[in-house]
Amino acid sequence: MARTFKGENAIELADVKKSFDNGKDFILKGIDLKIPCGSLTAIIGFSGTGKSVMLKHILGLYKPSSGRVEILGQDLSTLNDNDLTKFRCNYGVLFQSAALFDDMTVLENVCFPLEEHRRHLRKEQVTQIAFDKLKMVGLDPKHYEKLPSQISGGMQKRTGLARALALDPEILIYDEPTTGLDPILTEMVDNLILETHKLNQGTTSVMVSHDLSAAFRIADFIVMLDAGRVLLSGMAQDFFKSDIELVKRFVDKGMKH
Amino acid sequence: MSHFLVKKTADFLDQIFAVVQVKLKNFIQLVGEMILFGFGSLRLLFTQPYRYSEILKQMEFVGNQSMGIIALTSTFTGLALSFQVYLGFKLVNAVNLVGPTVALGITRELGPVLTGLIVAARAGGAMAARLGTMRVNEQMDALDVMGVNTKQYLIAPRIIAAIICMPLLTALFDFMAMFGCWFLCIKIVGLDQAIFFEKISQTVEITHINEGLFKSAIFGLLFAVICTFKGFYTTGGAKGVGEATNRGVVISMVSIIIIDYFLMNIIRMYYLVSGAGRGF
Repeated sequence: MARTFKGENAIELADVKKSFDNGKDFILKGIDLKIPCGSLTAIIGFSGTGKSVMLKHILGLYKPSSGRVEILGQDLSTLNDNDLTKFRCNYGVLFQSAALFDDMTVLENVCFPLEEHRRHLRKEQVTQIAFDKLKMVGLDPKHYEKLPSQISGGMQKRTGLARALALDPEILIYDEPTTGLDPILTEMVDNLILETHKLNQGTTSVMVSHDLSAAFRIADFIVMLDAGRVLLSGMAQDFFKSDIELVKRFVDKGMKH
Repeated sequence: MSHFLVKKTADFLDQIFAVVQVKLKNFIQLVGEMILFGFGSLRLLFTQPYRYSEILKQMEFVGNQSMGIIALTSTFTGLALSFQVYLGFKLVNAVNLVGPTVALGITRELGPVLTGLIVAARAGGAMAARLGTMRVNEQMDALDVMGVNTKQYLIAPRIIAAIICMPLLTALFDFMAMFGCWFLCIKIVGLDQAIFFEKISQTVEITHINEGLFKSAIFGLLFAVICTFKGFYTTGGAKGVGEATNRGVVISMVSIIIIDYFLMNIIRMYYLVSGAGRGF
């Protein structure tokens, strides 16, 4: 699908600070970040460094205490709730738990965003698109009529990804997609992310992960957070060459696993 | 010594007032948040996209699926209440007034209140649990980032379904309870059927039935807002879902009983002013 946004950076965060207790303690302490259009970016860091909070700012679920969040050239702070809800059609998100609607079948889950936002499409067209997306993520058609509880964790991730892709989003976000999965399933999900990124040229993909080896293997841009700030951002080799003690420790530990 | 005791007592009272003040402030804040949540959600019913199918789905759940339990409990409520009233009235040779007394009690009080309590426990509990599970399983976040207004999609249909279904279920309760009353009075204790119906039609007015139906719609609004609010703001995993469900149901039930008293007085005042309902 042709991308509508022609700017250089899909996501820009400028001095973003966030406090949940009126400025006593800041979770984000001034994040400056630019994520180029069409890149596959991995956001890494130890637990509690603010990765999820930053992700929620990118998704517009949190408003920054100060600073600016600009997505596809749009400053999110200028949007009201209604416009923000509509703007979120630009995102596709694969959640850690896949977050499938448990009262809907696999096919209905993928049809759902299309039924919500492509109301001009006929039922057959919606189903066809959903079939195409499920095929793209490699899910066998015999599972399409099953409920999420009747399929495996890996299949749930595939379904979640198909649903995230349903609206051909400009930005695809993976929120800790491999946390809690076994090594084989982890590799499968990593490969799926890479293949999906290659198949959807122009889509900006952002992956939040603890898995450093996967980040180095599949991402073309890596951002490391520490204590609410960007500690280092760059290519994989920048991390290997880095003299920062924390980066060295993280790389050593991460590559051993 | 006495000065010390006075100071101690004053400090103790200060502490009590401080606690009461905080509790009262929190309570008022919670009520305010619930009102904004409920009416803010209901307002979204009138914005596109319209959620007719979701409303029907919720009406099927709140209304249709509650009919069996309402029919069963109301029949036995009618039987038990009629028998107790019959035993009492027999002492004063007023057994012909069992029908109208039960009819007034059922249509104005027991019908709406018991229906409210039963449906709050069944459907309200399920609402809180369902929304709570969706919250902790990230399904609500998924809706948010898909550009779906969660209050419009999940909350408003549940509230409006409860408001519409409660009067219908209360009407069913009234009918089945009166059937129980008729069965006991006519078939079991052998009262005269013609007098039974005559006395009821002389005493009960359509206003009395409407009073109960109006109250039940308010109870529907009440438990739906409370339970969806608790479910919507669930935190803390499976434990949080359990707590949200428990609190939602308990607060709903207590609120229904308390609000019933105030509604009753408001309606009495309306009767007095308008002359409707024969003033009672």
